[in-house]
This record gives sequence, structure tokens and C-alpha cells, in this order.
Amino acid sequence: MAVLRLTRSSSGPRLTEFICVLLLVLVSVASASRDVVPGSNETWGNPARATQDDPHHQTNSTGHKKAFPVLSFHYEEVKKPLEISLWILLALLMKLGFHIIPRVSNVVPESCLLIFVGLLVGGIIKAIGGEAPGLDAKLFFYYLLPPIILDAGYFLPIRPFTENLGTILVFAVVGTLWNAFFIGGMMYGVVDLLSCLLFGSIISAVDPVAVLAVFEEIHINELLHILVFGESLLNDAVTVVLYHLFKEFAHAGTVTVADAFLGVVCFFVVSLGGIMVGAIYGILGAFTSRFTAHTRVIEPLFVFLYSYMAYLSAEVFHLSGIMSLIACGVVMRPYVEANISHKSYTTIKYFLKMWSSVSETLIFIFLGVSTVAGPHAWNWTFVIVTVILCLVSRVLGVIGLTYIINKFRIVKLTKKDQFIVAYGGLRGAIAFSLGFLLTDSDMKNLFLTAIITVIFFTVFVQGMTIRPLVELLAVKKKKESKGSINEEIHTQFLDHLLTGIEDICGHYGHHHWKDKLNRFNKAYVKRWLIRGERSTEPQLISFYNKMEMKQAMMLVESGSAAKLPTIVSSVSMQNIQTKGPARRRAIPSISKSREEEIRKILRANLQKTRQRLRSYSRHDLLIDPFEDVSEVRFRKQRVEMERRVSFNSDCDMSHYLTVPAKSQETPPVRKVCFESEHQIYTYDDSESPRGSAQASRPHPSSPDAVSLLDESPQRPSQRGALRTRGDAEVRAKAPDDKEEQDQLKLSRCLSDPGPKKDEEEDGSFLS
Amino acid sequence: MGALQSSPGQPEYIDLAEKTGFSFEQIGVLHKRFKQLSHNETTLRRDHFNEIPDLACNPIRAQIIEAFFDRRNYRQNGEGTVDEIGFEEFLVVMSHFRPPSLNMTDEQRESVRKEKLRFLFNMHDTDNDGTITLEEYRHVVEELLSRSGALGKETAKSIADAAMLEVASISMGHMEPDEFYEGITFEHFLKLLAGFEIESKMNIRFLNMDTTTLCK
Repeated sequence: MAVLRLTRSSSGPRLTEFICVLLLVLVSVASASRDVVPGSNETWGNPARATQDDPHHQTNSTGHKKAFPVLSFHYEEVKKPLEISLWILLALLMKLGFHIIPRVSNVVPESCLLIFVGLLVGGIIKAIGGEAPGLDAKLFFYYLLPPIILDAGYFLPIRPFTENLGTILVFAVVGTLWNAFFIGGMMYGVVDLLSCLLFGSIISAVDPVAVLAVFEEIHINELLHILVFGESLLNDAVTVVLYHLFKEFAHAGTVTVADAFLGVVCFFVVSLGGIMVGAIYGILGAFTSRFTAHTRVIEPLFVFLYSYMAYLSAEVFHLSGIMSLIACGVVMRPYVEANISHKSYTTIKYFLKMWSSVSETLIFIFLGVSTVAGPHAWNWTFVIVTVILCLVSRVLGVIGLTYIINKFRIVKLTKKDQFIVAYGGLRGAIAFSLGFLLTDSDMKNLFLTAIITVIFFTVFVQGMTIRPLVELLAVKKKKESKGSINEEIHTQFLDHLLTGIEDICGHYGHHHWKDKLNRFNKAYVKRWLIRGERSTEPQLISFYNKMEMKQAMMLVESGSAAKLPTIVSSVSMQNIQTKGPARRRAIPSISKSREEEIRKILRANLQKTRQRLRSYSRHDLLIDPFEDVSEVRFRKQRVEMERRVSFNSDCDMSHYLTVPAKSQETPPVRKVCFESEHQIYTYDDSESPRGSAQASRPHPSSPDAVSLLDESPQRPSQRGALRTRGDAEVRAKAPDDKEEQDQLKLSRCLSDPGPKKDEEEDGSFLS
Repeated sequence: MGALQSSPGQPEYIDLAEKTGFSFEQIGVLHKRFKQLSHNETTLRRDHFNEIPDLACNPIRAQIIEAFFDRRNYRQNGEGTVDEIGFEEFLVVMSHFRPPSLNMTDEQRESVRKEKLRFLFNMHDTDNDGTITLEEYRHVVEELLSRSGALGKETAKSIADAAMLEVASISMGHMEPDEFYEGITFEHFLKLLAGFEIESKMNIRFLNMDTTTLCK
């Protein structure tokens, strides 16, 4: 974004930036203050109309025909959309501005800067005398919050989340309850108990927006990130229940045991109901995406709308909207991603990131503005005690719970981890909005002030200091994963291994149930929700295809001559394949004249071969094979290949490694490639009859020659393996007393669906 | 190991506990499972493992079972395979999956890592020659994909080839066109999975309570 600008060290762009920004601020201020001014205009305008003919007024009451207005000012009609756009534009320009100034953005997290800007704008508006718009709770909960949560939920890393689910739930539920009751209980004395508990329940919840904003910049390791973030998402159910419970009873004045029991029941209803609603919409979304093959353009919309519906439906019943949204995203994602096109996937990703970014920015700015705008009841003791209590209860809660949790965890949480978890308990806009929704006015201002102070403290102080603390404590950072195929293989392998060991051990643990769920998913669910043959694709293959696709695209983007960034070595397939010299075999000797004949034939065929083959290589693109890089094509090719492979097996042609099927004891044929050039061959159906004829021919004694013979029928099946990567097609290692050149020609010739007579000749010579 | 006592005494367990690091309760539970699997005989054979119904749908079942009979996993620097194992060997193989304890020095953690990776390596290296060749690696991937039919075989080859390419690139860096990469040695394997954090992943929870009555 602003990276290019950083190279220019002149202050020129910065100056224009600031002027631009200032201009915008002024316009937005002016638009906001318009709220006040037009009111007075009206009152003045009416008496004026009676006294004089105002040529700019549109009324014709006096019957006087006025001149046609060529240019007029109709601000009122476009006021609302214009203001909204101006606010969003302001927010984005601010964000842009921060990244131009690297010094500041390294020290201060973006959220702090945005709140600061909000404070400024609010201050300016107030100075002018206008009404600063506060953070409307409805606006927040229905428009600003869902994109952020959906972005978080859709891209939630499932594996670490489910592995740590127990820990996350304990922190979310028990931790939040502890916080609420501790703070509420300790505040008793200021106001009545129930109001205190209500206040406690509002202030106790860790806020996902703030956590995301701060943690995203510090890049800590996955475990800690998912612990704090997961907690902030899942504590919504507890917050909703406690908030409604205490709000109801703050008026009643007393809480009986029955009410408490109902509260517990309500908790389960809220959380499980929310998840269920989300899951239903997720499955609906996945099912819908199965049929969108012909209308690719609207695919992203389905994802967004179904998720938003899930959120709203949960809110209708006062269920936990956040949990519903998360459940919808998590359930929908694997199936939708298997169905939609690559472009739709990119669209979804970028739209979600865009919306969540805008939302986050707006939330923080509005928080600043509301601070200036809102009525405050400043009570030193209340505020200071609140802040201290928040910190204390968080620390105590984390330490206590970790002590219990560590008894059940395999990988224990260290003291450093505990510190980060405790320190990352940031409060944010959700607490503020919930406070805003309170209707009790005298308590409300007191609470709001305290809430805002806590938010400011956590975001500014904790947000700013967490990065140096992470460096100081040398907390493990997020490791850069390069999508290694080896790691993926071993992840799968380890999953199966651990499941197997658990079965041998005899107790049904974590892995056993995960495996059962996977099998159920594969057997039943995928069939319904994923279109076409992808429903049976194992995860390893999907991962591999994704990687391939990525590398192919990288290759296309970087141009043919450029080196692929991932390949830092010159290792290619030929280095891995076993070489013939290591396996010496006896070969029949041929007369010189015979050799010459063969060479001539091979040379002739080679030319024909060359003309017919399309070739490409990973290292230098000769002909561009990527003209239609699309998954459809890949899949079609794979389907073709599968068809051919099965067709070949029908013709009694053996696969590469299925040795037992044939009678002779040929070792698996090793092939070596001679250069980095690889070839895709066009498949020629006509040779299968030839192939079977070959197979029935008597095999000579030499195992190597036999292997050569076996090559030609097998080659068609390989040919089907159209791989648009640069990996070598393995070739047969010819007997080593032939020259390299001959071997090259021989293998190429054998691979060529040449005229029949040549192969017969080859056959006869070899036998 | 001699005849299993019907009421296992402490001295037996002390020896095993020291060797494998399990607690007495855990050894008792595993002993019960051992007897259940072996139908109260003193040794386990491969067909005993094949009888476990839950294991039947595991794609790498054969390799897991083989690992129990592989002498390289008995921590005695042996080689080759055996046909039957006693309780001690069973326990030693199981101890590879014990989670590392909380307070461990970095060296201890490193040695636990090496041990677990060694176990994995032995599982892949079926011919005991100290390297994982392309063939063996292909076999591994094929087994993983063994439920995908003919399609799986072709893709398995390509996946294994790509994986091998990656290992070679990481370990060897630059290779001349006519150099040959023999196979993945243990050092390369360590380097390959350096970021994998296997000491936190390759663990199962060994309970102190006996749940074997609930499982088959």
C-alpha cells in the first residue's frame, strides 16, 4: 500500500497528505455541524419568505415566476450517504497516513492512533459547536461488528482451535464468570449489588476486536494467539447471558436460586442454540454453493448473506450472534471452498479483509469521538478501582485456571504463556456498546465513564507495551510456514499413527474421535455438499493440488526466465532417481551394423516425435502451457488420466509398481531423465491394441530388455499422468553399454506412438 | 522377560518404570491391555494386532504393527524384526509416545525430539539401510492414499516425487545434474522436520485410569 511511498524521503507527499486530511476533517466537521445550522435556517427562512421574494426559494406561493436555477445546492437530499462516505473515507485516509510514517506505526499500535484521531475529530466538532455522532449501538452491533467476526471465523485456523478447545472454553466461560463476579462483588458498596454485577458482566469480557487489532501486529506463536482470540470469541455467550440476566433483575432487585438456575439453563440455550443456528446456515450455504457452477459471479454473495442471516437470526432470539457467525463460517468453509472457483475464493477473502478492516477502523474512531461527545460522570475512586480490579482479577483468573488446566494438557502452559494470556485481555467496543444500551441514566454515565477509561487503559497502555514485552520475554513468534509438502504428509501420517496407537492402547482419546468424525464427514456429508468428484478427494491430494496451483501461478506471474522463489537449489528429479550404473544387469550384445540401423530408425522417429509433442519445462518455458491454467482443466486431465489408467488395467497392462500382477519378476522400473525438459504427450488411443500385442510377446531372458519392452505398454498410462509441473517423467534406464545419446533417443522413441513397423523391429531385435 | 505374574508386584514395575518413564498406574493399565490383546498369553504376535477391530480402517495399519516388531525401536540398538514381543517391548514402543514432562532442559527436549523422529524414521525406512529411498517414500504416500483407488497411485507418485525434491533441495542445496541423491538420511530427516515441533504433537494421553473395559 504505502510501501512505495516510504522510499521517497521527501516531506512533499506527507504535506499533501496532511492537507488532504485536514480538508476532509473540515468537510466532515462541516457536514456534522450542518445538523445544527439548517435548523436555524428554516426558522429564519420562513419569516423571510413572507417579507421578501427570495429568488433562491423554490416556492411559487406568491405567483411570481422566478428564473430557472442553473446551479443549486441540495445538500439535504444527499446528506446521509455523503456523511457516511466521508466518515469512511476519513477513516481510510487515516489508516493510509499511519503507514506512511513508519516510526510511529512501529511503536504505537494502529488502534491507539485511530482512537486518538477520533478524539481529535470529536474535539474539533465539539469546538465548532456541532453534535458529535456517538457510537450508535445498533450501528455497531448490526453493521460494524459482523464483518470482523465473520472474517475471524471464516479464516479461523481449525486445527489449533480444536486442539486447544478445552483450554479456550475454560478461559472463556469460567474466566469470564470469575471476572464478572469478582469485579461486581468487589465494587459492592458503591451501588447496589445487582447494578455492580451488571457492570461487572459488561466490563469482564475480553473483546475480539481489540485483541485482533493488537495481536495481529505482534505475530506471536499460534498457540497463544488462538488461546486469547478463541477466548474473546467464545465468551460472548457468557456475556450475553449475564448481561440480560442482570439487566432484568437490576430492576427487580432480588435474585432467587430459581433465577440463578434459569440463568445456567439460559447459558446453555444461548451458546448451543447460537452454534446450531450457525451450523444450519453453514450447511445451507455449503449446499447452495454446490449448484453455483454456472453463476460464478454471485458465489461470494451467498457466503456473506448466509453468514449475516445466521448472525441476525441468532440476534432475533437473543442467542449468541458471535458464536452463530463463527459456527456458520467454520462449517461452511471446507465445503464451499471445494465448490467455488478460485476467483470467488479470492473475492471472498479480500472482501472480508476489506470490510473487517474498515469496520475496525471506524469502530476505533467512533470510540474516540464518543468519548468526547458523551456525557460523563467522573468519579475518581470508581474509575481507578475499576481499572485496578480488572487487572487483578484477570491475572488471578488466568493463574488459577492455568493451574487447573495444566493437569489436563499434554503441552503445558508456561509462565510466559500465562503472562501473555493475562496481558492480552483487552477490553473494547463491545463493552462500550453494551454500556451504551443501558437505560438507567444515572448509573449509566458513571458506568460509561469507567468503561471508557478501562478501554483506553487496556488499548493504550497494554496495547503499546505488549510488543516490547514480547520481545523482552522472548516469546516464541509465529513461524513462517512455507506450505511444505513433507510437513503435510507427516501431519497426516502422524494423525493416523496416533489414532492407531490409541486404538492399540485401548482408550478412546482425542485422535480416535477426530478420526471418526473425519470418516463420517467423508462418507456422508461430503457427498451431499461437494459437487462432483472432489467429494472423494483426500486431504493430502487437495493440499498438493493447491500447492501446485500456487506454484504454477507464481511461475506465470514471475515470467518464464525468472527463478522460482521457492527453488533455491538446482536439484531436480534426475538427482533423486536411481541411476542405472548402480544396478548393472546383463544385456544382449548387438552387432555394429545392427546398431547403425537402429540409430537411423530412432533418429527418423525422433523428428516425428518432436513435431507432435508439446513440451514445456519448469525452468524454461518453451511453449506456454499455462494458457488455460484452470482447475477445470486440471480436473479434466485427472479424470482422463484415471479413465486411461483403468482402461489400461483392463488391457492387462501393468501399472508402474504393481509387480505382482505380472508373471515375470521385473523389479520396479527405474527411469532417469537426461535433462530438465519434460514432455506431455498427446494420448493416442490407437496403441492400446498394440500394447496388448506387446504384452503377449515372449520375453527375452535379460531382465533389462524385458523392462524396456514393458516400457512401451506402460508408457501410455504414464502419458496420462499429465502434470503441469516440471517434474520429470521417469524414463527407462537403457542398458549402459549404449551411449547416452542412444538411450535418449531410445527412450524417446519408445515413448512415441510411432508406426507399427518400428516397434516390431525393436521387438525382434531385442528378442 | 519371565512369566507374567497374575498379580504384578512392585519390583517388576519399578524396573519398567525406570526404563520407560511410565507411572505405576499407567503400567498396570497397559499390562491389562496387553493381556486382553494377547488373550492372556505371554507374547503378542502380529495376528493379535490384526484382531483389533478399530485398527482395521487405518490406512497405515501395517506399518504401525510392524513398528512394534522392529528391534530398532527397543532402544537397545538392535536390528531386524521379531515375530513375537513380550510386555517389556510393548511398553518400550509405547513409551515413544509419552509426552515430555514440563520441566525439561533444552537438551532433554532435543533428545526427546530426536527419539520420536527416530521412531518415525524407522517406520519409513523398511529395509533397515539407514536411508529412506524414493521407493520407500512412495510407499508411505501410497499407503496414506490407499483408499483412493487407482487415482491415488498416480498422484501418490507425484506427491512423493515432489516431497523428495523438497528434501533434496533443503538438505543438499545445490546439486550437479549428474549427482545423485541417495535417500533421506536421519540428519536430513531431522533438518526436514525441524519446524514441525514433534515433541508436542507426537503424544497420546496415557491415562492412569483403566478404560480398557469400555474398548474392544
